[in-house]
Parts: sequence; structure tokens; C-alpha cells
Amino acid sequence: MSELIKFVEAEYNEVRSSFPSFKAGDTINVHVRIKEGNKERIQQFQGTVIQRKNVNTNGETFTVRKISNGIGVERIFPILSPSIEKIELLREGKVRRARLFYLRGRQGKAARIKEKIRVRKDS
Amino acid sequence: MTSVFSADGRNVACTLIEAGPCVVTQVKNVETDGYNAVQLAYGERKEKNTPKPLIGHFKKAGTTPKQKVVEFRDFRVEFEGQVDLGKTVEAGQVFVEGDFVDAIGTSKGKGFQGVVKRHGFGGVGGQTHGQHNRQRHPGSIGACSWPSRVFKGMRMAGRMGGDRVKVINLKVLKIYPEKNLLLVSGSVPGPKNSFVILEK
Repeated sequence: MSELIKFVEAEYNEVRSSFPSFKAGDTINVHVRIKEGNKERIQQFQGTVIQRKNVNTNGETFTVRKISNGIGVERIFPILSPSIEKIELLREGKVRRARLFYLRGRQGKAARIKEKIRVRKDS
Repeated sequence: MTSVFSADGRNVACTLIEAGPCVVTQVKNVETDGYNAVQLAYGERKEKNTPKPLIGHFKKAGTTPKQKVVEFRDFRVEFEGQVDLGKTVEAGQVFVEGDFVDAIGTSKGKGFQGVVKRHGFGGVGGQTHGQHNRQRHPGSIGACSWPSRVFKGMRMAGRMGGDRVKVINLKVLKIYPEKNLLLVSGSVPGPKNSFVILEK
């Protein structure tokens, strides 16, 4: 990518670094600002990240999937969108691919993702 | 191209354009040339690659050889004094955030293309009913014994792209005066790192 484009996109570095680093397989909670008339409120969307696209560009998006009342719901967020208030990383998943589309065909027990166990190095 | 978020939260696709520094290499006026114009030059060029007459032209303006020389007719009166021979014109002097500019460039060459891509013909639209190998053909190009010829300007296959294209009303979203950069909404003709002419 051009150096000049990097220079322009660097403006958003602060927004980017305010979020925890997460990847496909992680469970996150996204706080989204929603406008209703003149009022603004915050809605939470909690689910599994199934992909991140166009990473490290201004057009980066991530897809979160959750099961709501037995129906799979996926929501795509632009990571730099001003309507994202906060992202919480709840659980890190251990997966072997970057795009978890295989979750779409699965439910319940089959759609589980193993948790990543982080081993402390100091002991 | 990249994208930025506008104040109301929309993601706007935009193009980054380096607009300067340009050097004034000639000032034309009504008395000597019959019209008013300012000639601007942009981009460095090696002296050994520059024709001798152009070297002389640049020397007159007291500058190094440049790649592109473009004439702008009726340069705004508000820039009077800033556009004398040999002076540098920066992006921040000419453009303001929120301006609408037109970009002229040469579109990407597409090579020899058929009528479907080049002129937006529909093609045949089906593969059954006895039709077997003419999915993207133009169909009839005229009548029979009258006029016994094909009319001029009939849209057919041929070279596509590589034309001079003007895109109008691109909004200047942001200006970086220290780097002479403009961020304009939308796309401009031509490949990456190509030259465009900006008009306000």
C-alpha cells in the first residue's frame, strides 16, 4: 500500500488501538450506539467472531455470529465505525482457520469452540 | 483509494491525490496571446530525458524540468500575485475543504472488448430455444437492401478504455497542506499513480 495512504489511515490508529485484539473464534461483546429519533442508546451484541476482513485498512470489518431464539444472526461491523462504543473480549477460542463459515451449518454441541489456554511462561 | 468516516457516521470511499507543488511556467494574457491562462508544471523529471526546447522553457521559469505541463485558462482572479512566473502553487492555496472539484484523467485501457462490455448491450439472454453459440453477440447491425450499408457510428466491438474522462463534482473531504494532499470523495479515472487534472 502506498505510503501516503498509510499516512492518511494513521489517523484512525487511536480508535483501532482502543479495542482489544481479537480474531476469529473469539467471543466478544460489541457495544453499539443506536439512534432512535433524538435519543441515543447502547445495544450489546454478543457472539462469536467468524471472520475479519480487509485487516489493517480503513475498510476493515468483522462478522459476529450468535444464536438468537434458535435463529442464527450475523452482524457485520466496520471496525472504525463511530457507532461502536466498546468491544469486550470475553473468551479466546482455539480454531484452526481464519474464517469459521463451518459454524453456519452447525447448532448446539457441534457449534462449540474450544477455549484457548494461555500458559504462563514465568513458572 | 481508501475510505473515511464522515461526521454522520457514513463510510465514504475516497481517493488520495497529491496536488502540488506546481510551478508556474508561463503566464498568458490577452495582449500577447489573445486569452488569459496560467501554465502549471508538476512532477520531477531527469534533465537527460527532457527535450532541449522544454529545458529552455523551464529555465525561463527558473525551475527544474517537470513531467507534466498543463495550461489552465482563466485562472481565478483571487490568485492574482500568487501566479507569477516561477512561483510555486500549493494545494492549500487553491483548494478548501468542502470544495467541489472535477478530475480529468485517462481511463484504464481495457483492450479489444465486445459490445456487451463496451456498450452495455444485453447479449442474447438465453442459451435455449435453438440458440447455441452467440450469447454475447450484437445481433443485427442494420436492415437489408435499403440502406445496403451500415450506418456510421454503429456501436460495435473495439478498443475500450484509455480515453480522456472527466469526473465532475468530487467533494474535497480533507486537505493536508504540508504534504499537498487532497482527499476527495469517490473515484477518479485511471490507474494508481496516474496523473489527473483537477479543476475547481
